Amino acid sequence: MLKNRIIPILLLKHGRCVKGKQFCDFRDVGAPVTAAKVYDAQRVDELAFLDILASQEERDVLLDIITKTAEECFMPLSVGGGIRSLDDIKMVLAAGADKVVINTAAVENPDFVAKASQHFGKANIVVSVDYKMNDKGKREVFTHSGTTKTDIDAFEWVIRLEELGAGELILTSIDHEGTMAGYDLEFITDVSTRLKIPVIAHGGVGTLAHFKEGISVGHASGVAAASIFHFTDQNPIKTRLYLKDAGLNVRI
Amino acid sequence: MGNLHSVSKALEMVGADVVITSDPADLEKCDGIVLPGVGSFRQGMENLNNLGLVETLNREIIERQKPMLGICLGMQLAARFGEEEGPTEGLGWLDADVLQLVPESDDCKIPHIGWNDVEFDEHNPLFKGIRSPASFYFVHSFHFVYNLNSVMTSTCDHGGTFLSSLSKENIQLVQFHPEKSQDIGLQVLENFLELV
Repeated sequence: MLKNRIIPILLLKHGRCVKGKQFCDFRDVGAPVTAAKVYDAQRVDELAFLDILASQEERDVLLDIITKTAEECFMPLSVGGGIRSLDDIKMVLAAGADKVVINTAAVENPDFVAKASQHFGKANIVVSVDYKMNDKGKREVFTHSGTTKTDIDAFEWVIRLEELGAGELILTSIDHEGTMAGYDLEFITDVSTRLKIPVIAHGGVGTLAHFKEGISVGHASGVAAASIFHFTDQNPIKTRLYLKDAGLNVRI
Repeated sequence: MGNLHSVSKALEMVGADVVITSDPADLEKCDGIVLPGVGSFRQGMENLNNLGLVETLNREIIERQKPMLGICLGMQLAARFGEEEGPTEGLGWLDADVLQLVPESDDCKIPHIGWNDVEFDEHNPLFKGIRSPASFYFVHSFHFVYNLNSVMTSTCDHGGTFLSSLSKENIQLVQFHPEKSQDIGLQVLENFLELV
């Protein structure tokens, strides 16, 4: 039976790992390749690198980090940040990523998701959806690392993404991100039960119980987090032992 | 095509001299061939055709019986037919079809992404030193449909059993990604090298 994945997320900026709160106030938390090696030694299920600046120059730095990571770490890598063309995807995959994560480009040009899926196979195409509750009480999609509002309803958007051929979604609640107060379970549950593709929950984990909720309440295929691993003494090994004890299907 | 860097680094890790190539001359000289692959079946065959590699692969692998390992899409391309992104003729080394995974249960998501238990015969050379079942990493939506039981070396379950690896003479095919399956994946690659 397929295991639920525990996925540390490393946010990158100028070739360093950073961590913020609600997509602001980023702090330096270390060197990415070193961090990746630590996670590899802990046998994580998968690691995600997301570059928050996503500029052209930044992408070369990102490729270098993936290349170096893939030389020493034989674990699954998902990589995003500035993925805008089929060539970008090709470069990221060739450097050692298994899946690419598209965000802003999917909103600006939904057809890109369809093309990427046709070309590379949908299993390798992940779309990341960052959203925030607006003053009308609706979840609204944001792009450009949470800086740009779109007026797009997040639930309608994820349904569209599945139709376009996205193979997996990472859902990040900007309101929850970095708060360590738990996932936006309501939305994760709605999306996971509606869609046939895997959904990764992200944003808000502060305790091991939050991971458990993401899987058992939210029905997420994978549970992602950053702060808890950077700023507390919890790590992926303790996480999977906790989830195993809670009766969930994780890899030990 | 796809994850060449990871595959080559993983093979080097277990002691192989690796050349990443699309040059027929290199394929003639080498002792074994690994066909990795990330991408759709259709695109994968188009790439092999555009690179003019089909004839060379047939000669080296089928006629000269050079040891070959196909990973993920590299496994699937050995079939005679694939349906991903439209009906496409494969390399046709096995009388198999590559079809969409259709789980019996709604709880099983497609694509099949993540770590799943693989059950295998521990006496099989490719799985030497690994206890069954073991978890390997998968990323795919299509599977290799082949009903000759004698060549199956492992199976996996995702809302129904599917073929996760097979072995036919010099050809080893695996649906999972050994280059991404940490210690046990490296063991599979090392075991393949012993067959070369």
